[in-house]
Amino acid sequence: MTAQADDELWSAIADPSRRRVLDLVVSNGAVSASWLAGHVPFTRQAVSKHLVVLEQAGLISRRKHGREVLYQVEAGRLDQAARALADLATQWDRRLDTIKRLAEAAHAENQKEEP
Amino acid sequence: MADLVIDRDVLIEAPVGVVWRTVTEPDQMRQWFADRVDLVIEPGAHGYMEFGDQGGPVVVETVDPPTRFSFRWNHPRGEEPVAGNSMLVEFTLTPEGDERTRLRVVESGHELRAWPDAEKQRYADEHRDGWGEFLDRLATLLAKRRSG
Repeated sequence: MTAQADDELWSAIADPSRRRVLDLVVSNGAVSASWLAGHVPFTRQAVSKHLVVLEQAGLISRRKHGREVLYQVEAGRLDQAARALADLATQWDRRLDTIKRLAEAAHAENQKEEP
Repeated sequence: MADLVIDRDVLIEAPVGVVWRTVTEPDQMRQWFADRVDLVIEPGAHGYMEFGDQGGPVVVETVDPPTRFSFRWNHPRGEEPVAGNSMLVEFTLTPEGDERTRLRVVESGHELRAWPDAEKQRYADEHRDGWGEFLDRLATLLAKRRSG
């Protein structure tokens, strides 16, 4: 994932209202903007803005169903988001393990020199 | 800010002074962090780190031997790193007896990069649930939908 795609993803999900919208899309499958607006405590305009950001981040996609536009989750992208966060943690675990190995080796070396 | 924070720790069988040197000395940092580390360990010092063919500026924030060390990185070249355009890495070293040290690292700032100011403020005002928790919940819902 490129840094810019990362940023889009983080900022898309970090907003609590947007998370709520995404949550509803995930739990209810294909839904319209008006249906979403009826299930959140903010305006239809706010819902539309959130949908645009989520779509740009690749987390949801739209399709036409008759005269309605329905939104659905992009499961692959969501998995990717979850993995990206787990990867960051794994990276730090690896670094901490290396620090542990280096420090313990240095300590063992010091003890040899000064018994 | 509680959300989207990486918080990890490890117990090391070495005294705090040894761990401090491993974490903060540039030639040691080259072994666990970046391929190239040009950095003076002083508060406010500007440096540079390189990872493979990528590199970027680093600025030291806190140097409080032998227990606290922090720096900011991943900010755009040519900009001062501040909260909002960079990530903050904070190391805390806690002695557990004479021979052991708990090393904790907290990396924060992922959620703030590339955000308009108004949105950052609103986020700071509104944040409630943990980010990891949210993703877990979504993953569970997705798994349910797939199997159902």
